[in-house]
Amino acid sequence: MLRRRLNRLFGRDERRVDSRTIYVGHRPCPATDTFIPPKFCDNRIVSSKYTVWNFLPKNLFEQFRRIANFYFLIIFLVQVIVDTPTSPVTSGLPLFFVITVTAIKQGYEDWLRHKADNEVNKYLVTVLEDGRRARKESEKIKVGDVVEVVEDETFPCDLILLQSSREDETCFVTTASLDGESNHKTHYTVPDTEKGLESLSATVECEQPQPDLYKFVTFFSLCVVSLRSLGPENLLLKGATLKNTQKIYGVAVYSGMETKMALNYQGKSQKRSVVEKSINAFLLVYLCILVSKALVCTTLKYVWQSQPGQEEPWYNQKTQKEKDANLYLNMFTDFLSFMVLFNFIIPVSMYVTVEMQKFLGSFFISWDKDFFDPEIQEGALVNTSDLNEELGQVEYVFTDKTGTLTQNSMEFIECCIDGFQYKNRDSSTELDGFCVTDGPVSMLQQKEEEELFLRALCLCHTVQVKESTGQEDWVGDQVDGVLGLDGEMVHPAELRGFIASSPDEVALVKGAMKYGFTFLGMESKNMRVMNRDKDVETYELLHVLNFDPVRRRMSVIVRSKCGDIMLFCKGADSSIFPRVRQEEVDRISMHVERNATVGYRTLCVAYKLLSSEEYAQADAGLREARLALDDREEKLMAVYNQVETGMSLIGATAVEDRLQEEAAETMEMETAKSTCYACRLFQRGTELLELTVRTLEDGGRRREERLHEVLLDYHKRAVQDPPPVKTRVTSWTSAKQDYGFIIDGATLSLVFNSSPDSSHYKSLFLQICQNCTTVLCCRMAPLQKAQIVNMVKNSKGSPITLSIGDGANDVSMILEAHIGIGIKGKEGRQAVRNSDYAIPKLKHLKKLLLGHGHLYYVRIAHLVQYFFYKNLCFILPQFLYQFFCGSSQQPLYDAAYLTMYNICFTSMPILAYSLLEQHICMEVLMSNATLYRDVAKNAMLRWSPFLYWTLLGVYQGLLFFFGVRFLFSNPALQDNGQVFGNWSYGTIVFTVLVFTVTLKLAMDTRHWTWINHFVIWGSLAFYMFFSFFWGGIIWPFLRQQRLYFVFANMLRSVSAWLVIILLILLSLLPEILLLVLRKPRWPHSRQVRYTHI
Amino acid sequence: MMASNYNAKEEDGHQPAAIGHGGAGTVKNKKPDNTAFKQQRLPAWQPILTAGTVLPAFFVIGLIFIPIGIGLFVTSNNIKELEIDYTGGDMSSPCYNCSQSYSWNSTKPCTCSVPFSLDQPFESNVFMYYGLSNFYQNHRRYVKSRDDSQLNGDKASLKSPSKECEPYRTSDEKPIAPCGAIANSLFNDTLELYYIDPNGSRTAIPLVKKGIAWWTDKHVKFRNPGGNDNLTVVFQGTSKPVNWRKSVYELDPSDPDNNGFINEDFIVWMRTAALPTFRKLYRIIHKKPNMTPTLPLGQYILEVTYNYPVRSFEGRKRMILSTISWMGGKNPFLGIAYITVGSVCFFLGIVLLIIHHKYGNRNHSADIPS
Repeated sequence: MLRRRLNRLFGRDERRVDSRTIYVGHRPCPATDTFIPPKFCDNRIVSSKYTVWNFLPKNLFEQFRRIANFYFLIIFLVQVIVDTPTSPVTSGLPLFFVITVTAIKQGYEDWLRHKADNEVNKYLVTVLEDGRRARKESEKIKVGDVVEVVEDETFPCDLILLQSSREDETCFVTTASLDGESNHKTHYTVPDTEKGLESLSATVECEQPQPDLYKFVTFFSLCVVSLRSLGPENLLLKGATLKNTQKIYGVAVYSGMETKMALNYQGKSQKRSVVEKSINAFLLVYLCILVSKALVCTTLKYVWQSQPGQEEPWYNQKTQKEKDANLYLNMFTDFLSFMVLFNFIIPVSMYVTVEMQKFLGSFFISWDKDFFDPEIQEGALVNTSDLNEELGQVEYVFTDKTGTLTQNSMEFIECCIDGFQYKNRDSSTELDGFCVTDGPVSMLQQKEEEELFLRALCLCHTVQVKESTGQEDWVGDQVDGVLGLDGEMVHPAELRGFIASSPDEVALVKGAMKYGFTFLGMESKNMRVMNRDKDVETYELLHVLNFDPVRRRMSVIVRSKCGDIMLFCKGADSSIFPRVRQEEVDRISMHVERNATVGYRTLCVAYKLLSSEEYAQADAGLREARLALDDREEKLMAVYNQVETGMSLIGATAVEDRLQEEAAETMEMETAKSTCYACRLFQRGTELLELTVRTLEDGGRRREERLHEVLLDYHKRAVQDPPPVKTRVTSWTSAKQDYGFIIDGATLSLVFNSSPDSSHYKSLFLQICQNCTTVLCCRMAPLQKAQIVNMVKNSKGSPITLSIGDGANDVSMILEAHIGIGIKGKEGRQAVRNSDYAIPKLKHLKKLLLGHGHLYYVRIAHLVQYFFYKNLCFILPQFLYQFFCGSSQQPLYDAAYLTMYNICFTSMPILAYSLLEQHICMEVLMSNATLYRDVAKNAMLRWSPFLYWTLLGVYQGLLFFFGVRFLFSNPALQDNGQVFGNWSYGTIVFTVLVFTVTLKLAMDTRHWTWINHFVIWGSLAFYMFFSFFWGGIIWPFLRQQRLYFVFANMLRSVSAWLVIILLILLSLLPEILLLVLRKPRWPHSRQVRYTHI
Repeated sequence: MMASNYNAKEEDGHQPAAIGHGGAGTVKNKKPDNTAFKQQRLPAWQPILTAGTVLPAFFVIGLIFIPIGIGLFVTSNNIKELEIDYTGGDMSSPCYNCSQSYSWNSTKPCTCSVPFSLDQPFESNVFMYYGLSNFYQNHRRYVKSRDDSQLNGDKASLKSPSKECEPYRTSDEKPIAPCGAIANSLFNDTLELYYIDPNGSRTAIPLVKKGIAWWTDKHVKFRNPGGNDNLTVVFQGTSKPVNWRKSVYELDPSDPDNNGFINEDFIVWMRTAALPTFRKLYRIIHKKPNMTPTLPLGQYILEVTYNYPVRSFEGRKRMILSTISWMGGKNPFLGIAYITVGSVCFFLGIVLLIIHHKYGNRNHSADIPS
């Protein structure tokens, strides 16, 4: 407040820094001084990046910002500027191809965005202009316009609700497209604006746009009089949809790119896969090879030239310009020339192929019908294609329990009122043996307590009663209801649909209904509850102290008919217990603990009777906090905490959340190598290590000391006891003692935050975790989830982590892990939107990892290795040739071959392979989880396989070159005595190369579909055809007809044929031998062959 | 590192279409098609290479390669080849004087006679090659120093040759035809063979100078500008290459089909060799119609007109007489290589067979030590 006043004092400019003033309907307020129409951005949504005009320059700039593209551009420029052996076309064409393909792809995507933008921007909306209604395109809405929105329309910009067609001055919206919550939310009009909108002149002073969807602080001032503070409940967000309300009027406060939705739309941080890191490492090696090759050649060249008569023999004089050039400059340009000559070793096409593979490959995931869930009519969703192969590398799986492991359809199981336990199973109250020891209290008191508890359940929530819109659903419900109750009379209220942001609220309200207390709904701030005697009780809802994951509780303040003001609070036990009396806690905590270990969701319910003074104080505090322009959240929190004290505990509830189908199986396969966090996986024989607040409070000593002790103790048991600690891989199969580990949020924060030794604790904790098959972390805040993920992610060996969750509280965890998976569950779409992959059910994870992940990893690993290999044996002969041509940078192959090798002759087979290969078929992969271990830890892209491929490339390169070299010791290779020249030499080498490299891939292909056949044999045929064609015509645009009939003449020579066959066979021989001698890696692949044939 | 940031592609991921759509449109409510391709269930052949399947292949390869190798080896051995080095590097050599007294400007050609004898007669056609050593025809500066469109008869290129021909592009302000270093350094020694009859008389052996170049080169790639009529006129205004003694239209004035750019000696020279030691076809000695061998055994004299200097770059010059088989000239490499590879395959086949029988039968070849 004070700040605002100050701002006003110091004038407009400063105020504009953190707030904006809006004149409703652009009518200046007579009271204020001069009216300067403030400038705000228009309501155009621009998600596109380019326009027709700036597409080319901007896109090119963006593309060349990538270092690889830039590198190739430099090579190209060097070729243009310096006199280099190969024409600029050889590297310019592939680069052009890459750039064009990418530009087309991005252009297309941008075109789609333009289309979508236009759809939104050109949408017609009704705006009140000088009292008249005018149709306008949505993009023309200006801040301050009064906009009319009718039912089922989406809001064109962020609006402050001024007037609603509903009597109670509310409207309902659903924000399904914003945060995925499909329930109806109630929004309120600005109070006291009954005046006609046409004549309303008011100013709105609100914060500068900020992305937080749930935060909004504004002052609304009617010109002459009052000042109102508005909150998020008055703000209608762009993208939300109006429901259940005929029409509303609102004033636009944020428009276009300043709307909360647009501000929320931010690119996620890029996740990089291990494969990419491997590629970069390999590239570094190849870059070193490239540079050293160029250095060796440059040195050789000058050594050779220093011999007499070699640098400039009479038959090969330099031009005057070359003679005049500086020696060192010459050396440098020679070095550059060699770089250019050998630069094909780092193939520009690999990036294209990898990107295409990832892009196309991800379609197979979304196409997979096994991921299709008939319930929600959706299949898997791939948000990023960059991580396909990472799915095959997962070592640690973090799952959220609620909704992910479980179905998130809650059922009220039991409650415990003041120490007595009521079970839902048989609908009759039953005294549990447990409770008897507490001693029965008088029946009368118990009844009162019970009713209070049930009332609390009925009142303390934000559930809405669904109105009679969806008739068909009702029928369905009715049938279920009738059947479910075995012909018993169905209470009409049983048929009510409840909508809430979280399903356990519904479960609680339904649970209360079973005991006779029915929530009938809200009637203008009055909550109506039908009690056991079928009387309708009305309570005036005074305040809702919202739930949030930090407080982990919510409260309502209501006034009953008779004027009592009551506060009901429900929340997690850890957040309630400190706020109630200890003896009450003792009575109930046992039940809570027991229920929690069984796996129920537990909530505690407490209440407090507020005296009118207390209420007045709380009311004032709440109002003031809500009005606050700054630190509103903190202030609210403080008031909440102040109000929610000294309550008395009435009871606890337990809600069951059923496990998702096949969850156990899915998880069990995971434990093959990975550790599951936060899931119920304690098998019999699992020794439990518990680390919770309760275990820590035993001795009454300081928690930290105790923590230290316990950690050390567990560490000893878990890490040191099993004698061969390091043999973890085998230990999975052996009947070793499994450890389960439980830790709760509060303790975890101790582990992380206890200052000086925290790193020590962390490492202890981590070691314990890694030696347990299962770690259960309960009662965690979202941030703590991310912390755990982060800790494991950064631990030794940096294992690949996967987080899976369905709710907004899992988002931090999903974003933190290497791979984030969202479940398209019931808790909205927040998780799905932030995830890399989204699947409908947890059970689909199995196929995603074991099937798709494994295959993609094998595919891409092979792709990468193959690319390096094929370019090594492509360029090695060219390098060797330098020793025979006076290190003069003479290329061995013709420019056409140099250019086409990676683009046409050898690119398609590997692309087809990398999309279609199934070295083991899906079923075997899925049924045999141990196979997943074969590719774990980036097995196919480590240095030893890389070395193998490199050696293979070197071997073949040497073979190609020297085989032909020995053949050419007598170049008279035709039966008419005519001789072959250097281009024939290169063509023979190149032919051997293309065939060998393609056949090598053919040998690696384990899954020959017709596409593979077509592409592999087609590539070879294309090579033959192209060579004939290229050498068959005198090309007018070529300066030299180097290959004219070279290929045809080569084919006429028997010796050339023989050497080609010999060399191909010889280069593949070691590979064949290895294949035969190698232990069959995948033993079962044969048995299941029939499944695919 | 060049590619480290390659995939930092904040710009092109396939993010759910657009802000405006707000996600609702991105979710497809369609059941995926149940096609074999989309479900990755295309019918596929899944070959598995095991010892069992590869073993026969080894034997087959061995059985095929060894005979081929033997055939190649025998063929190569049957080819008769005679090499005479006439560089004249040492004092005893007949061409010593010529090689020492060499100068481009000398008007009087230096000739020398190299006597040699054939121990066995050369049957069928004999091919006469000249060979050069340490001559880098594959040097980049050299390889590119030519103008193929000029050689193809393009008149524009005749008058203004390509820049690649530098420094052999113009002389005395006139364009050189044919331009470039390759043409300039045309091999210009003349080699003649004489058979010394036992009675002492010399008979010249007829050397055919046609059929030594690729047919396509001679008829398509190389063409005289303006057809073959009156080359003197056509080449008016051009200059001969600096190191040539005569103009291009004087290469073979006797035969218009072998003159100018389509002179076969010239065409052969223009096909640059792959390695610094090379041979090029020079003449063909056709088989005589009667039964006498083409070159009977006995004494011969090689008459060399020594024009081509190689001393400056320590090169060597050779004259090679060779017969030719279906596989080309003499080259034992292929035969040996085939025999070796064939034997290795056969041997490997045996080894694998033993391993396979010893271990494979018991345990499905799983225990083969690798």
